[in-house]
Amino acid sequence: MIKNDRPVPIEVHDLTVAYRKKPVLWNIDFSLPEGHLIGLVGPNGAGKSTLIQAIMGLLPVLSGYVKVYGHPLEKNRQLIGYVPQRESVDWDFPVDALDVVTMGRYGHMNAFGKLSKQDREIALSALDKVGMADFAKRQISQLSGGQQQRVFIARALAQEASVYLMDEPFAGVDANTEKAIVALLKELKDRGKTCLVVHHDLHTVREYFDWVMLLNMRLVKFGPTAEIYNEENLRATYGGKLVLLAEAAEKLITKS
Amino acid sequence: MAENLCCLPKPQRNLSRNHNRMDFWELTVRFFSLADANVRQVIAGSILLGGAAGALGCFAYLQRRSLLGDALAHAALPGVGLAFLIVGQKEFVPLLLGATATAWLGALSINAIDRYTKIKLDAALGIVLTVFFGLGIVILTHIQKSGSGSQAGLGSFIFGQAAAMSRQDVVALAVVTVCMLSVVTIGYRHFKLVSFDTGFAFAVGLPVGRLQFILTTMIVLAVTVGLQAVGVVLMAAMLITPAAAARQWTDRLPRMLMLASIFGMLAGLFGSYISFLKPSLPTGPWIVIVVSGIFAVSILFSPRRGVLIRILRHYQHRGKITRDHLVKSLYRVGMERENWYAYYPVSEIAHMWSFTPTELRSGLSQLTAQGFLEREVDMYRLTQNGVSAGARVTRLHRLWEVYLTRYLELPGDHVHRDAEDMEHIITPEMEEQLSQMLDHPVFDPHLQPIPYPTEQKGV
Repeated sequence: MIKNDRPVPIEVHDLTVAYRKKPVLWNIDFSLPEGHLIGLVGPNGAGKSTLIQAIMGLLPVLSGYVKVYGHPLEKNRQLIGYVPQRESVDWDFPVDALDVVTMGRYGHMNAFGKLSKQDREIALSALDKVGMADFAKRQISQLSGGQQQRVFIARALAQEASVYLMDEPFAGVDANTEKAIVALLKELKDRGKTCLVVHHDLHTVREYFDWVMLLNMRLVKFGPTAEIYNEENLRATYGGKLVLLAEAAEKLITKS
Repeated sequence: MAENLCCLPKPQRNLSRNHNRMDFWELTVRFFSLADANVRQVIAGSILLGGAAGALGCFAYLQRRSLLGDALAHAALPGVGLAFLIVGQKEFVPLLLGATATAWLGALSINAIDRYTKIKLDAALGIVLTVFFGLGIVILTHIQKSGSGSQAGLGSFIFGQAAAMSRQDVVALAVVTVCMLSVVTIGYRHFKLVSFDTGFAFAVGLPVGRLQFILTTMIVLAVTVGLQAVGVVLMAAMLITPAAAARQWTDRLPRMLMLASIFGMLAGLFGSYISFLKPSLPTGPWIVIVVSGIFAVSILFSPRRGVLIRILRHYQHRGKITRDHLVKSLYRVGMERENWYAYYPVSEIAHMWSFTPTELRSGLSQLTAQGFLEREVDMYRLTQNGVSAGARVTRLHRLWEVYLTRYLELPGDHVHRDAEDMEHIITPEMEEQLSQMLDHPVFDPHLQPIPYPTEQKGV
């Protein structure tokens, strides 16, 4: 089998995304290499969350496309595991931890909402994988931040996907949870899965991720951490917005 | 004669004469014995509406779209008037169609305003609600002015008159309720995920748009068919209040749905009962008063979140703090005088700490009952358990001081206040952790010895 012929997990081509008439992503172009842990790094407002959401089809794109293993998103949705930001959800909702993780299996539900025994077992084992099996029946508002994050990750694991998109999974978690999540990511990588993870702590990038994507409205650099994660590229990423580009793009969007 | 705006339905003469002759008990028996076909109809209609709206309202409540039901109900009013104008009399199917049509128009307007203008959802709701309602009042007033005889009864749409519901209304409500039950049962997981995490619902491929459409349609149907029982103005209460009340009692969604339904049904039943006793008053407000009463009880008395329960727990904690201070003070005095088991009069104990007379009295009697103190007339002394308890509180206080000075590196004179609070809160597990972490220290930052137990008995 020739490696070049195999479709990449996620291919993004010439993606431009606007959020409320403001350009957030401009001509983004990349193909994720399979089986790697990729850190997505950039300053505030760089469009990291927007990129994840655009790939998931949650935001309208102005131009460009996304392909999942060579096919459009609608066809291969079930191959992507998604971990949204923790504050995107009301944690006062009357469900327990196991309920949330089981939601990861809802893609396999038929129209009558039936889940098989196997689905339930997958959910339970995903909860166990993140060390939260004892909390299965705990109402989610009674969980700490780190525990909530683990539940979210377990839900994505229950999806049994091939590529995982995670939006700031390390935000506001305790040290133990962070270690546990990193171990989980490494295990996913060992099993050949691909992970794209939005990350905010520059100091741990080298330790956690073997590939890194530097983003600031446009793709600054994308490649193996050892090669491209250096001061020069970081300065280019964090060195202020491209004001002229932002203004021009805004005019273009308003006019069209 | 100036006719009043069609707000309150005109009292029906014959009925009130009969009613005036019957007394309270006769009326009650007549209502609950279900002997009267009219009464059966009223009860059925109110209960069905209460149950359906209560359950549907849960999803709107959890999605933070509670006021949507309010807007939809108000938007149904012009449809009622228009249907009457077109058909010429109060007929069930046209009125229902008219109400549903304008309610749906209202829903679409809200969505359009939210999506295509800078106006946010809450303002969009308010605008649509008031515009449609105003239009509805104008149409209904015009109908009333035109003096058409068969318009009697249109007024019941504003504040509700359960007795005005026809048999067809009740049958339609039953059909809607059955539909709603099946939809909610089949689509339970779908609605749960869409309400909890819309983004993830999209991600796993659920048809979010279609599901929200179904939910909105169900709410529109429940609202329009049940409009006559509660009225446009107060329909929101049937959707919001049962859900809010139910949330106080449970953390599980299936139970919340069931409780909200039951609360809605009770409100429907008792609201129409009260209205039956006095037919000159509209039903809507009575149903709402009953459901609000249920809500008030829920807010105050629910075991987990109730206000009164929290106040109770607060006072229980205060009592524990007083008892801790008592044993701690007696222990400390006993240490100084090198005699644990001396008797002290109440007056002297009162000076060992700042107690109010009530706190002191109840603290002493509780400690005696629990076996930490022994009493002789008006003198008290520690028992062996009491000495251990006093030692424990002292130990927790001093351990915490060591923790603060060592780990937070706070100076010695800063740690006393903090330890005063923490000594009542540290659990045995935390105590064990602290002890190990600090390597069983012998002295606190003020060079006072830390008493360790030979036998552990807590307060």
